[in-house]
Amino acid sequence: MSTTPLYSKLQKILAAGHFGVTSECGPPRSCDPKGVEEKARMIGDYVDAINVTDNQTAVVRQCSLASCIRIKQMGYDPVLQMVTRDRNRIALQSDLLGAGSFGINNILCLTGDHQSFGDHPNAANVFDLDSTQLVQTVKKMRDEGKLLSGFELKECPQMFIGAAENPFADPFEIRVSRLAKKVAAGAQFIQTQCIYNIPKFKQWMQGVVDRGLDEKVYIMAGMTPMKGVGMAKYMKNRVPGMDVPDDLIKRLSGVPKEKQAEEGIKICIEQIQELKEVKGVKGFHIMAIEWEEKVPEIVQQAGLYPRPKVD
Amino acid sequence: MIIAEPKPIDEIIDSLKDFNRILVAGCDGCVTVCEAGGMKEVEVVASALRIYFKQAGRAVTVDEISLTRQCDRPYTAQLADKIDQYDAVLSLACGVGVQFLAEDYKNKPIFPGVNTCFMGGTEEKGLWTERCQGCGKCILANTGGICPIARCSKRMLNGPCGGSSDGRCEVNKDIACGWHLIYERLKELGQLDRFETPTDPKDWNTSRDGGPRKVIKEVSRL
Repeated sequence: MSTTPLYSKLQKILAAGHFGVTSECGPPRSCDPKGVEEKARMIGDYVDAINVTDNQTAVVRQCSLASCIRIKQMGYDPVLQMVTRDRNRIALQSDLLGAGSFGINNILCLTGDHQSFGDHPNAANVFDLDSTQLVQTVKKMRDEGKLLSGFELKECPQMFIGAAENPFADPFEIRVSRLAKKVAAGAQFIQTQCIYNIPKFKQWMQGVVDRGLDEKVYIMAGMTPMKGVGMAKYMKNRVPGMDVPDDLIKRLSGVPKEKQAEEGIKICIEQIQELKEVKGVKGFHIMAIEWEEKVPEIVQQAGLYPRPKVD
Repeated sequence: MIIAEPKPIDEIIDSLKDFNRILVAGCDGCVTVCEAGGMKEVEVVASALRIYFKQAGRAVTVDEISLTRQCDRPYTAQLADKIDQYDAVLSLACGVGVQFLAEDYKNKPIFPGVNTCFMGGTEEKGLWTERCQGCGKCILANTGGICPIARCSKRMLNGPCGGSSDGRCEVNKDIACGWHLIYERLKELGQLDRFETPTDPKDWNTSRDGGPRKVIKEVSRL
């Protein structure tokens, strides 16, 4: 693994050889200061860092940066998610400087869902940079101490740089190459798309290991427990890039409606256990969408609790 | 070519309903090829206007013409001896033509009769699709001759994103994933090695650099 300085708690835990655990919280669609606080308090002690989504699915929410500052001030480590859909390179770099000034030291660089999925489908998009270029930008600011313009920074953001990858998107055969590209751009950790198709994920992981990429980047497996068969069908049919196998839907359908949520958690825990054995998997990113209260249970039952302490 | 589509007739009528002498001016260029504003469409729109005014009980003159090009002054000049007969012009040219007429005939209201859409080609009879957004710095040499600016919904330079599925874009299954096409083409050309080098942020300076862009060919100006 790269021998760069250790910027964040998450990075230190991963570097020490422990499984890393992250989860996410989506900020509220209002000015309510408590939404993020409550979610963070719920999961804070069970994870190494808390991702804060950036207007996910192109729906306007409280901003990721403000929420990350709030989480940081509560004593937890946030992962600042940034999409390139809504802000150009001036605004993105400005936010990175602001994040750096508050000691936020994990970032997840994303392109973002297209605005047509959100609550403002008529908005103009920006896409001045893409996710890979945002990774390059953060790395340049951190390692060279320069903005994209070449302007020298007196103090640089100290960021552990992450990116996302979807092993299930098409064309499948370039998904390892695309990971390699993000690593070449400077990505140090990857949080994957939600994994349900375990054999296909293993196939991708094998490609990652064959190329030695698992030695260059920490792969955190994305896990999202299903609340029921309705959610599973929705994810399969409506969410771009999602691969939900039929046998999972069958298993959920096979239990009474009121037991499906419990079954969903059980499946999630079993899958984490299975993925722990897969070479190259270095941690788990648990995205319990509007179901954050289940994160402690998943982490505990998957044998990932207590979280390691690092300096 | 520039692809356009006719505006709804109600919108056109709304613009012209108070005038008495109207010239409908088509263009023999791109809008003729994409069947939005050539002589054929001039006749259709003019007929619709005549019917409307007749039903409204108004005696309005509606004349027809099509210019070789409305984006070129020697051709817009052909209206000079006629323009005073009219109190409004409906131009079925692209937005360039409408603006050239407005610049050349300053005291005459010029209305657009089409919505100018994009630069594209004829995919099949009655179907035109976008290929170029005129970014001013062509990168087709690196992308297998397929433009990610025009073809990817997110204008990604390091695609495809995680929403690409079966060669289709996450935005809509009717849209081909531009990066999937690029991948297939690079594979065909034996140039997949290009795929793993991150492409740096694009210099958009030639695309939206503030104000209308200019191209100057000095030798033609001598």
